[in-house]
Amino acid sequence: MEVRIEGVSHRYGGLQALDGISLTVREGETLALIGPSGCGKSTLLGIVGGLLQPSTGKVLLSGKPPADCLNPLTYVFQDFALLPWRTVAENIGLSLMPHGLPANKRQERIAAILVLTGLGEFAAAYPRQLSGGMRQRVGLARALVVRPAVLLLDEPLSALDAQTRELLMEEMLAIWAQQRSTRLYVTHNLDEALRLADRIAVLSRRPGRLREIVEIGVPLSERSKPDAAPALAALHARLWTLIRSEAAEADREVVNA
Amino acid sequence: MPERSETSRPVPFRGGGFHYVPRKAVPWIGFVLVLTLWQALCSFGVISPLFLPSPEAIGVALWRLSESGAIFSHLGWSLQRILAGWAIGTAAGLLVGLTMGIFSAARSLGLPFVSALFPIPKIALLPLLILWFGIGEPSKIAVIALGVFFPTVISAYTACDSVPRNLIRMGQSFGLSGQTIVSEILLPGAMPGILSGFRISASIALILVVAAEMIGAQHGIGAFILSAGNLMQTDQLLAGVVMLSILGLLISFILGRVETWVLRWR
Ligand SMILES: Nc1ncnc2c1ncn2[C@@H]1O[C@H](COP(=O)(O)OP(=O)(O)O)[C@@H](O)[C@H]1O
Ligand SMILES: [Mg+2]
Repeated sequence: MEVRIEGVSHRYGGLQALDGISLTVREGETLALIGPSGCGKSTLLGIVGGLLQPSTGKVLLSGKPPADCLNPLTYVFQDFALLPWRTVAENIGLSLMPHGLPANKRQERIAAILVLTGLGEFAAAYPRQLSGGMRQRVGLARALVVRPAVLLLDEPLSALDAQTRELLMEEMLAIWAQQRSTRLYVTHNLDEALRLADRIAVLSRRPGRLREIVEIGVPLSERSKPDAAPALAALHARLWTLIRSEAAEADREVVNA
Repeated sequence: MPERSETSRPVPFRGGGFHYVPRKAVPWIGFVLVLTLWQALCSFGVISPLFLPSPEAIGVALWRLSESGAIFSHLGWSLQRILAGWAIGTAAGLLVGLTMGIFSAARSLGLPFVSALFPIPKIALLPLLILWFGIGEPSKIAVIALGVFFPTVISAYTACDSVPRNLIRMGQSFGLSGQTIVSEILLPGAMPGILSGFRISASIALILVVAAEMIGAQHGIGAFILSAGNLMQTDQLLAGVVMLSILGLLISFILGRVETWVLRWR
């Protein structure tokens, strides 16, 4: 499903968080949204997901306003947002609740997604018993179990250590090769974006404006191959010069909140 | 080479200390020591038994009272009042407190009343409650219920506030209904706060039952302690106090069990 963001701006009271963002996430692609922390990435994701009403502008899903579609978007959160009093299977089932499936269908869907995300043996475990990587797999499974047309990922790997991050990136690529969906992937990590995305949209620091959209010419399956390294390194250097000054300035900003 | 031998002295480990490490025997030794000293002071006539009876005398009094069953009958009366008052106060307090936790309008409406009425020592209302309900059970139960109500309201809505907002946002993002968010996320998330509120309200109920029984009752531990004092039977009086302490420990033990069961996901 294509997601079209048209002239979206957002204010929190006197604070301008987003300024005139227009971009399109194409059907079936992964668009990475990269920008310094505080530039409004989560805000934009909230607007696309229908949690926030933009101050101006609109979001269209396959050309229609979101209200016309049945809950086609699901979220993956940076902090996992799992219910500690529910088991892994129950946490995953939570997102299915509004869908009103019969119990056996629900169990089937949950069982299938547990296998897909490598959580098979953890169905009855509680979140506190799991490592960070396993918790985020649950977060991913909970989002995927509803078979979303659009997956919104808000820095899903930022709370994880480097090795776990690497493992999850491999796994997400494997899952995306199997499940058709359109993905909007928010991150502040350039390496993640270069590994997972088809295109990268660079935002400026607050108020977030669209600086540039870069197409990564290398197919996802070939990103970790040595042949692709020079092209990716050149892209990395180009994007980093774009982001560097913004990040440095955002870093020096005094927070008045 | 004298300098070298100076540098090679053994270095003690510097990492330990300043942690609380429970010592198993120490509490018992302390307890026995205090009892022995107390007993000795009484036995050698340093302290008059009327002023402070010996532990032995209190033990004997407790034994006699439980043999005759008198203390259990008083305990039964007090327990009944606590249970009824606490249950009513808690039920009403949870209803009001959770409503205030869920709906902003209810919070805005209720907050001034709660803030104004919470600080009143509820025992001060007993004379009024006696005028309303008579001297019997209802006025005592009502004063306990009132005393339990306000702290329960406060702990219930602050418990709602302490539920992580990201979990609620998660529920909303998956399109869960308000009802589902309350039952699946808000209430379980508020449970730890509500349960620790129970500890506070139970101790308030214990204080109030004794106070109410001292003001106007024939039965109950409070009435028993008061009449023992009037008759200068300090051994009986302290036997009653010991029963209260046991009752308090029992209540907190039960609440602890409930807590570990309800919050077994932690
Ligand atoms: N609910 C809110 N109320 C007021 N300001 C907010 C709110 N949410 C976010 N902000 C502010 O808006 C800006 C963008 O926030 P956010 O979208 O979370 O940025 P990012 O996800 O890129 O780090 C930040 O300066 C943040 O402080
Ligand atoms: Mg964010």
